Order: sequence, then structure tokens, then C-alpha cells
Amino acid sequence: MSDSTRIPPRFRAPSALTWVLVVGFAAFFIQGLVASEISLDRLVRGASNLVRFIGQAVPPDFSRAPNIADAMLETLNIAVVGVTFGCLFSIPLALLAARNTAPNAVVRTLARFVISVSRTIPDLIWALIFVVTVGLGPLAGILAIIMDTIGFAARFYSERFEEVQKGPSEALTSTGAGRLSVIFGAILPESFASMTATSLFSVEKAIRSAVTLGLVGAGGIGVELSTAMRLFRYDQAAAIILVILVVVVVFEQISSSIRKRII
Amino acid sequence: MIPAISCDEVKVSYGKLQVLRGVTFDIPVGQGVVLLGANGCGKSTLMRSLNGLETLQSGRIHVHGDSLADASRSELRRIRRGMGYVFQQFNLVPQLSAFQNVLLGAMGRHRLGLLSCLGITASAEERARAMACLERVGMAERAQHRPSQLSGGQQQRVAIARMLMQDPKVVIADEPIASLDPKAGREVLDLLWRIVREEGLSMLCTLHQLDLAREYADRIIGLKAGQVEIDAAIADTDALQLNALYTGMTRVDAEAEEHAA
Repeated sequence: MSDSTRIPPRFRAPSALTWVLVVGFAAFFIQGLVASEISLDRLVRGASNLVRFIGQAVPPDFSRAPNIADAMLETLNIAVVGVTFGCLFSIPLALLAARNTAPNAVVRTLARFVISVSRTIPDLIWALIFVVTVGLGPLAGILAIIMDTIGFAARFYSERFEEVQKGPSEALTSTGAGRLSVIFGAILPESFASMTATSLFSVEKAIRSAVTLGLVGAGGIGVELSTAMRLFRYDQAAAIILVILVVVVVFEQISSSIRKRII
Repeated sequence: MIPAISCDEVKVSYGKLQVLRGVTFDIPVGQGVVLLGANGCGKSTLMRSLNGLETLQSGRIHVHGDSLADASRSELRRIRRGMGYVFQQFNLVPQLSAFQNVLLGAMGRHRLGLLSCLGITASAEERARAMACLERVGMAERAQHRPSQLSGGQQQRVAIARMLMQDPKVVIADEPIASLDPKAGREVLDLLWRIVREEGLSMLCTLHQLDLAREYADRIIGLKAGQVEIDAAIADTDALQLNALYTGMTRVDAEAEEHAA
């Protein structure tokens, strides 16, 4: 048997770079474990505290149900309004960012930059920024959700636009259709199902975000939750957490059943 | 009389690869020409060039007297409006119905066809025209079907209806039956050619079937290694001559020889 037909090994030996990365990661991991001062003692105390928390949280206190309902409604308002504007703004932004629809490289780079900034900054930090700029309350939450949605939806929309088949767009171009007509006639219809799925994911994501935004004062049920926790009213907190759980699960179910239908 | 299509010393290259090496021919109005040639001889590049989808290295292309090279973007769109394109892969939008796809043929006339393409704001007149086009290709009963629910031959019929909707003067058909089985292929070619004759259109159509070419075409242009090898009325060609297009040097061979020299 000649050298060229030698049976290749099943696995290739990892490169030096791989070794460096693996060792580096392991070192960082161990340093992290040590730094967080994990000890059996603390875990045991934590467990008993958890039991105490649960003891005080059960049965949940629903006496403030109307307030909770109001706050939950506000949370849903924040999520729905924010995600709607977020998805709407995402469409033009994604068109400017996708290789096959961007008017030129400068605009495309700029659009990509805007999208990646909105994605890189976490929703809670957006909320903090908007609480400072527009004040406490739901408006800050809505703006935070808009930014968070753009980072997510615009990115996936633009990836979808880039994946569409070239043929139908070319066929439209060959009829003398302009750039916008090609987008509306071929690219958007081809992307519609995927965009709807992405938008529904954005709704789920926005509802989860909107719940926590209240913790920094951006409106919604998070405010109620953090107040209850700070006042050690764990039974009220438990009621709020239960409501959140039910609402989030219901929304995810609705959204996933819609998604299944359109795909 | 100004020819429908006029190519003058058209050269196109992809980087170092010279695909078209000076192609010259005229197609008079109303003539149906079949373009023959082996894979890689530059047929598709020539077709795409005629639609302004390729940038010429040198030479000129005129469509009904309008120069593609000198056309501004809006003029190029106007020229394209008069030129129907039939593709090998049909290129229908998969998510739209046959009817909606046919409506797309009118998109070139709209500045912003956002809703008209989906048949929402298309005028009653336009929708009636789209149905008439579908009727003409025998697909009226399948108007609401999506491409995935249609056979290849049916999809190409819808694509021909879209081309009719566009109301072109010239038709470019790039291997319109290459993805179809022989029976469907012949039916589609029959339909395409009949429509072109009835409307008095000019057509340039690439085919791989020599017998079909001889049956339908007024004239045959044979391309070999990026140059016109044969250009003759159908009566003046014989099978031997046409077969020679597919033998001997391909463009790649010619390139290699050029490099060696």
C-alpha cells in the first residue's frame, strides 16, 4: 500500500492552539470556582434558607391580586408595544444590513453596527439607560424592549433575506422591476414564514424581559416583585412568581402553536 | 428595420476566464432563433448579457436600437420591461400562488408594487389579464396552486404566463425545457413557440436537443468556445454540422491551448 492510500486515523491530533485554549479554559474555570468561595457550609446554609423561604412563601398570598393583575397587564403592554415597534423597525434595518438588499457597503456596515450594538447591550442595561433618560415607568421598559428586539429580530431577518433563492429575485429584476419591487415581490414573500417565527420568538423573549425590567424601575410586574422581596413578604412574592410563570407558559404555548401552523 | 437584438463584438470575461470572445449577430424582429452549444460555451452568459445582468468587457448590445451599455438605471429597467425571460429553473416565488406569480410579471410597470404583487391592490383589469395569461398557457384551473403543488411542466407554463403578463417584444428563453421530461418538454416548447409566433415576438432560445431546434427555429446560431461557429437559416444546416458544436475543443481546452502557446 502506498503512502497516499494510507488509512487516515479516526481522529486528528488536536493542534497546539487547541491545547492552549483547553488549558486556558480549565485554568479560568478553576480560578472561578475558587474565587466564588463555594463551600459545603454555605451550600448547606443556602439549602436551609431556601426551605425557610419556601416555608414563608407557601401558601402564596393573593390578597393583592388586583395590583398584581394591573402590574402584569402593564408588563404585557410593555412587551407587546415594545416588540411590535421593535419588529417593525427591524424590517428596514435588516433590509439595509442584508448583502442582497443593502444599497451599498457603507450603509450595510452601518446597519450591521446598529444591530450588533442593540444586541450586545443586555436588556437590563438598556432599561437602566432609558430609566435615566426618560424616567421611571413603562416608557423606559418599552424602549428597552424595542432595542432588545432589534438586536434579535433584525439579525435573523437579515440572515433570512440573505438565504432566499436568487432565482425569483433575478426573474423579477429581468422584468424591469426596481429594487423595492424585487424586495416586496420576491424577497419578503419568501422570508415571510421565517420572519413570523422570529417575531413570535421575539414576543416570548420580550415577555420574559419585561418581567425583569421592573427590577430596575422600568415598569411592570418586576416592580411589585422586587418590593415584595425587599419587604420580606415572600408569600406575596410567591403569588407574583406564580402569575408570571402561568402567563409566560401560556404565551409560549400560543406562540409555538402559531409557529407550527405557519411552517 | 432596426433588429430586435443586435450584438456587436460582445466580449465578457470572469476574471481571467474569457467566456465570450467577440460575439456578433442580429436578430430581426419576429424571428425565432435557437442558440446551440455545448455546456460552458458561453450560452448562458450571452443570455444574461442581453438582459443587462452581466457587464460587458467590450462590444455593444442593442435591444430594439437601445444600447444596454449607455442606458441609465431607469432606461435599463425600461429595456428589460420589453424583454421576457424564461428560465431553466422557472424561478417562481415558491410562497406565492400561480396567479400571484403571474401578477409579478407586471411589477416592472409599477414603481412600488408592495401590494399589487399579492393581488390585493392589483386593479380588476390587471387581475383579469393575469387570469387570461394563465388561461392561455392552460393553467387557469391551477391559479391558486403554489409552485410546489405543480409539476415542472406546469411551473414552466406559469413562468410563461408571467412572461406574457409582462407584455414583452423579445423573449429570451434560457434552456426552457432542460429540467423537464421529454414529453412535458415538448409540450412546453410547443406552447412557447406558438405564443411567440402568435404575438409576433422575437425570440432567442437555447436548447440542447438538435432535432427540436431544427423543428422549431427559423435560424440557428451555434456557439463554440465563446464564438459564433454557425449562423445559418434552418434549411442550410445539417445534423453533422450541428453535432460538430459538441465535439472537439471546449472553451476550457481552448484556454489550456492558449496558455501553452
